[in-house]
Amino acid sequence: MWNYEKRLQYPINIKTPNAKIAQYIMSQYGGPDGEIGASLRYLSQRFAMPNRMATAVLNDVGTEELAHLEMVSTIVHQLTRDLSMEEIEKSGFGPYYIDHTVGIWPQAAGGIPFNACEFQSKGDPITDLFEDLAAEQKARATYDNILRVVRNIPEIADPIRFLRAREVVHFQRFGEALRSVQEQLDSKNFYAFNPDFDMPCEASCKNN
Amino acid sequence: MMYQNACSKARLLQQINEVSFAIDDLLLYLDTHPCCEKGMALYRDYTEKRKKLMKEYAQCYGPLTIDDAIENSADTWKWMEQPFPWEREGGCR
Repeated sequence: MWNYEKRLQYPINIKTPNAKIAQYIMSQYGGPDGEIGASLRYLSQRFAMPNRMATAVLNDVGTEELAHLEMVSTIVHQLTRDLSMEEIEKSGFGPYYIDHTVGIWPQAAGGIPFNACEFQSKGDPITDLFEDLAAEQKARATYDNILRVVRNIPEIADPIRFLRAREVVHFQRFGEALRSVQEQLDSKNFYAFNPDFDMPCEASCKNN
Repeated sequence: MMYQNACSKARLLQQINEVSFAIDDLLLYLDTHPCCEKGMALYRDYTEKRKKLMKEYAQCYGPLTIDDAIENSADTWKWMEQPFPWEREGGCR
């Protein structure tokens, strides 16, 4: 269950439209390392976590990613609001415009539509948590790529810096969640089984 | 007067964003450090501040969340009329 708040996690107020930059940034909405994929990855993977700590981290980070996809789509919306036909045609935004006008649709910067193959949910906590650590780094690297393009436009760079910093924090929390799962594994059988499927561990769930 | 109102509305929203962000970050931290007393004390402090600010905003400018939808004395449904956060001030887009 979720509760909606009519505010952004970090405020965004972009006054100057820019179709080219909108096309770059939309990748963090529906692209391979975007916020939709992040959110669906964590909210799907949480069911296979073997202890409360790892489940909580996936649940709460997955929830924060919903706020991030709202931020990224807000940036794209504000960058494409009030575009002139002339700018649409000369900026390279034309192909997107033909299919979606200036509506928000999840695709990568290169036009590839969002699809669930951009993440895994393996049903194995160690496998999934390692993917999550990599996912946070990939998203951080994408925000770094965007920042090199927008660094002189404060109204865009500001919220992108906020989003980048959150990737760093999430990486940290996933590392701690991974350690909590690894510490509960049988040391003689470290990677030989799936701790969720073959040998569920209920250490932190007793009496609950 | 109008300007002053707009100004305090923006300031109040900014305060809400700030305490809410502190809570967002502490929430993830406490998930992996559940015995941290300092973290717990900060969480308690920020959630109290946030509750007060959210109520104050709802009473003066309308609800930000449905829990506060009837905080003001209006007899119509204000939740729907509240602007979405991507809109330009005074417009609907």
